[in-house]
Amino acid sequence: MRISLAKLFFSFLKIGAFTFGGGYAMIPLFEREFVKRYGYLDEDEFYDVLVICQSLPGVIAINFSVFIGIKLRGKVGGFVAGLGVALPSFLIILVIAAFLFAYIENPYVEAAFKGVRVSVIALIFTAGFRLFKQNKHLFGVFMAVLTFALVAMVRLHPFFVILAMGAFGYITTKVGEVVRHASH
Amino acid sequence: MLLIKLFFTFLGIGAVAFGGGYAMLPLFERMIVEQHGWLDRSLFLDMIAISQMTPGPIAINSATFIGFQIQGVIGALVATIGMITIPVILISLVSVYREPFKNSKVVQAIFTGLRPALVGLIFASVFSLARDAVFDLWGLILFFVFFGLLAVFRIHPILVILISAVLGLIIYA
Repeated sequence: MRISLAKLFFSFLKIGAFTFGGGYAMIPLFEREFVKRYGYLDEDEFYDVLVICQSLPGVIAINFSVFIGIKLRGKVGGFVAGLGVALPSFLIILVIAAFLFAYIENPYVEAAFKGVRVSVIALIFTAGFRLFKQNKHLFGVFMAVLTFALVAMVRLHPFFVILAMGAFGYITTKVGEVVRHASH
Repeated sequence: MLLIKLFFTFLGIGAVAFGGGYAMLPLFERMIVEQHGWLDRSLFLDMIAISQMTPGPIAINSATFIGFQIQGVIGALVATIGMITIPVILISLVSVYREPFKNSKVVQAIFTGLRPALVGLIFASVFSLARDAVFDLWGLILFFVFFGLLAVFRIHPILVILISAVLGLIIYA
């Protein structure tokens, strides 16, 4: 069954417009729409694409939408899907940003945001805490502490630290393989 | 000139933004707040709250917000497009050459380093941002309350942000 471009666009638009909480919150909705409801993709295929999108840089929801779009309707499909998923947030934020700058001087708005800023710190901390729990092994803790020190203390640029840590992970894995190979 | 700078800044963020959402905030913070001074820390935190409370991917919301703040609607467009350019090129390539990528040992090896590094990065941005958010005893108490609500009681982030706005009004207004 071939999906029409209009339907592809509106499927992604709908998910982009009504999913709160970022890209990961969209994954179950993509699944419901494209796997369960219409059967454009099977379950295995869906999770394959998800794993691939998670291992590439960028916005996961966009990566995912473009990949699915390309798969279902080629390059035009990829464009239409990416546009559909991004358009609602783009428009909503434009309206809010314009509105916010008109009211940010208001003392009540400022007081509310003083509380909100603390909850944002807690949100980011919680995200770090959850990710930490998945990397509690010795090497993981070492890498996390090293990265923290390089970025927060030595003040290296995160861009280069990310590249360096990726390279470091690759090298240590390879060295580990060679050592294991040699000991057999 | 500013638009070109905006485009390449977001191109750079998009190129190494592994892990999605909160994992890319450290990059945003260093490049947008510290390097270019396009947003101060308080507004940066406000932006994250707004991104969380509105539908859509947090990174797209952030790029739109920052771009708009710098150069209006055209700035918003340039930042958002810059952010997704490299990832979309990569996705297009991988959608064609999929099999060699899918089970790639190289990718897996790189991620053994990247995944824990993201933990360190996220805590580094907490460390840097907290100075402008948690500045009194109330802030410290609220931080632990919100962390408890999120991590222990698993209250939805949007609800926690709403609670924090009400508490902010009560305490600081």
